[in-house]
Amino acid sequence: MEKSIYTPDMTRVIDIEELTSLEKLFTIKSPNGELGHEPGQFVMVSVLGVGEAPISISSSPSRSNGHFELCVRQVGNVTNALHAMQPGAKVGIRGPFGTGFPIEKMRGKDLLFAPGGLGLAPLRSLINQVVDERSSFGRVIILYGTKGPSDLLFRDELDEWVARDDIECLITVDRGDETWDGHVGVITTLFPEITINPRNTIAITCGPPIMYRFVLMELLGKGIPESQIYLSLERRMKCGVGKCGHCQIESLYCCQDGPVFNYAKIKGFEEAL
Amino acid sequence: MNLKVLDKRAIAPLVEALMDDYRVVGPQAKGSKFTFEAVTDPANLRFDYDTTILPPKKVLLPPQERLATFTLQEDLQVKTVLETEPTVLLGVHTCDLKAIQLLDEVFSKDFPDAQYLAQREQTILISLECLSPCDEHSFCKDMGTLTASEGSDIHLTEIDSAYIVDATTEAGEELLARYATVRDATEADMQKLNKELGAKWPKFNYQLDFETAKLPSMLEAAFEHPLWNDLGDRCLACGSCTNVCPTCYCFNVYDEVDMLLTKGTRSRNWDSCQLDEFARVAGGENFREARAARQRHRLMRKGKYIYEKFDELGCVGCGRCIRTCTAKISIVESFNTIHNGKK
Repeated sequence: MEKSIYTPDMTRVIDIEELTSLEKLFTIKSPNGELGHEPGQFVMVSVLGVGEAPISISSSPSRSNGHFELCVRQVGNVTNALHAMQPGAKVGIRGPFGTGFPIEKMRGKDLLFAPGGLGLAPLRSLINQVVDERSSFGRVIILYGTKGPSDLLFRDELDEWVARDDIECLITVDRGDETWDGHVGVITTLFPEITINPRNTIAITCGPPIMYRFVLMELLGKGIPESQIYLSLERRMKCGVGKCGHCQIESLYCCQDGPVFNYAKIKGFEEAL
Repeated sequence: MNLKVLDKRAIAPLVEALMDDYRVVGPQAKGSKFTFEAVTDPANLRFDYDTTILPPKKVLLPPQERLATFTLQEDLQVKTVLETEPTVLLGVHTCDLKAIQLLDEVFSKDFPDAQYLAQREQTILISLECLSPCDEHSFCKDMGTLTASEGSDIHLTEIDSAYIVDATTEAGEELLARYATVRDATEADMQKLNKELGAKWPKFNYQLDFETAKLPSMLEAAFEHPLWNDLGDRCLACGSCTNVCPTCYCFNVYDEVDMLLTKGTRSRNWDSCQLDEFARVAGGENFREARAARQRHRLMRKGKYIYEKFDELGCVGCGRCIRTCTAKISIVESFNTIHNGKK
C-alpha cells in the first residue's frame, strides 16, 4: 500500500488574480486530468512546509478544462503562503471531498442564491454551472451582499449576471463609498425587492455565521420550505475524510455529510450555526 | 483450536523468542503505575498490571506519526511515509481490545487510513482476561467489555501457575506453533478455567444506574442538560481525558521543515476536542468556545455520536479519563446524573 489518503498530488498554480485586497483567485492545474468535482465540494490545499487547509472549489465543473479555481482569503498560515505565490508555483491537492449541492434536484426549479461576502466563492461553482445549463432551471435570482464596494468578488461576472435578462442579480453593500451608486444596506434589505413562488424555489446561501440567522429568517419569511434551503458551512479540517474530528457538528462531519447541508436536516443541530 | 496451557515459566522463553522477530510491547511498571512499552527484558512484563497510563492505541496510532516527507528544492516532491514494525502487542485487557476493534472500524471505513492499517496488519494481539477489577473507576461490566470472544489473535486466562491459551485466529495459531511451548488443556485445566471465569463476574460491580443500550437516546434528550455547565465550570481544558482514552482518535496535522529549508515532514499528532482551538476556523469563529460545549461534545461522542456512525459505543469503561482528571470529572457520574435527572 503506497498511496495514502493524506498524501497530496503535487500540481501547479497556472494563474493568480487579485480580486480584493484580501482575496485572490487561483487557477490550478487539475492533478490528474480533470478534478471531477461537484459544485459545493472542497479540496485540501497544501503549501509544503506550511501546512494544509480546506478550500471550497469556486469554479464550475462545466468550465473545468483541466483546471479549477479557488478563491482564497488571506487569513491564516496556509492562505498567507498561497497569497505570496507566483504563477508556476507548486501546490498540493487532495480531493475533491465532501457533499456538494444536489444539482439534479434543482433542475426545473427557481433558484435563489443568497451569498454574503466570501460566501460567493463556493456558490459561484453552482451559479456558473446553472448559467451554463441555463435552460434546465427556472428563475435564477442572486442576492449578494458585502461589507463595502471594494469587497465585492468576481466583479466582471457580477456585471455579466446583472446585465443578463435571464438572471435577476441584486447587489448591496453594508456601507457605500464615493464609487458606489448601488444599493446600500445589509443583505436582508434586498429580500423585499423580490417576489418569488416559494414552493418552486430552492434557496442556496453561504456566508459568515452571523449572516445565516438573518438570511434564514428572510427565506423562511418568504415561505420557502426548510427542505428547499441549502447552506454551505465552514469548519476547521485536518484530514477532509472524516477521521481527524475537527469539523464535527455534533454527530455530523462537515467534511463528509457537508459542507453543503439541507436546512431541514441541520436545523436541529445546535452547533451548526 | 483446542485450548492449550502455557506454564508461567514458559512465558519468558516465549517472549525472548518473539523478540528475535518482533517488537514485543507489553505492560511494564513505571513508578507506581504501568505503561505499555517495548520489551527489552521479559522479566519486566507485568501481567498483574491494573491499568496503563496510556491505552495500547499508542502502538497503532502513535502520539506523533509521520505521514509524508517532502523536498523543498526546485521540484517540490512529496512521498508517503508508512512506518511499520512487526509487533506483538501483549497483555491487552478486553476493554482496550474492544477499543482497538473500534479503531479498526474507524480507520478502515470510507477512506482507509494507510498509516494505521499498515501497522495494524503487522500487529499480533494477545489479550488477557481480567479476573479482578483494576480499581473502583473501571466500569467495563456496564460497557460489556469485561470479556471478549473476538478481536485478538490469542487470548490468555490465568489459572494458578499457568495460562489457558486460546488461539482465535490463524496468525495466533501459527505464532503458538512456532514460538510457544504449550500443552493441551486437560479436564482439570478446564475445571480451573470454569472456576476462575465463574468467580470473576461477582467481583466486578455495575457503576451505571441504567442499561448502556439506553445511552444514545438518553444523551439525545440531554443536549441542554445543566450538567454541561457544571462540567464546563470545573474542566481545566487540559485534554488529558482524551489523551488517555482508548477510543479517542482525533488528530492534528502539521508540517515541519529542516534548518536548511530543503526538506520537511508532514506529521499528525493526537489532538483533543477539549482544547480551545480545536473547532476554531481561520476566520476566528470558534464553534465550541465554551468548555461546557467541549465536555458535552466528548461525552456525546462516547455515548452517542460514535455509536451513530459505527454502531458501537465510543466508551469501553476503562475508567482512565476518571483517574486522570485533575478536576475529578467522572464520566460515570456524568452519565448517572443525566439518567437520574430524567426520572
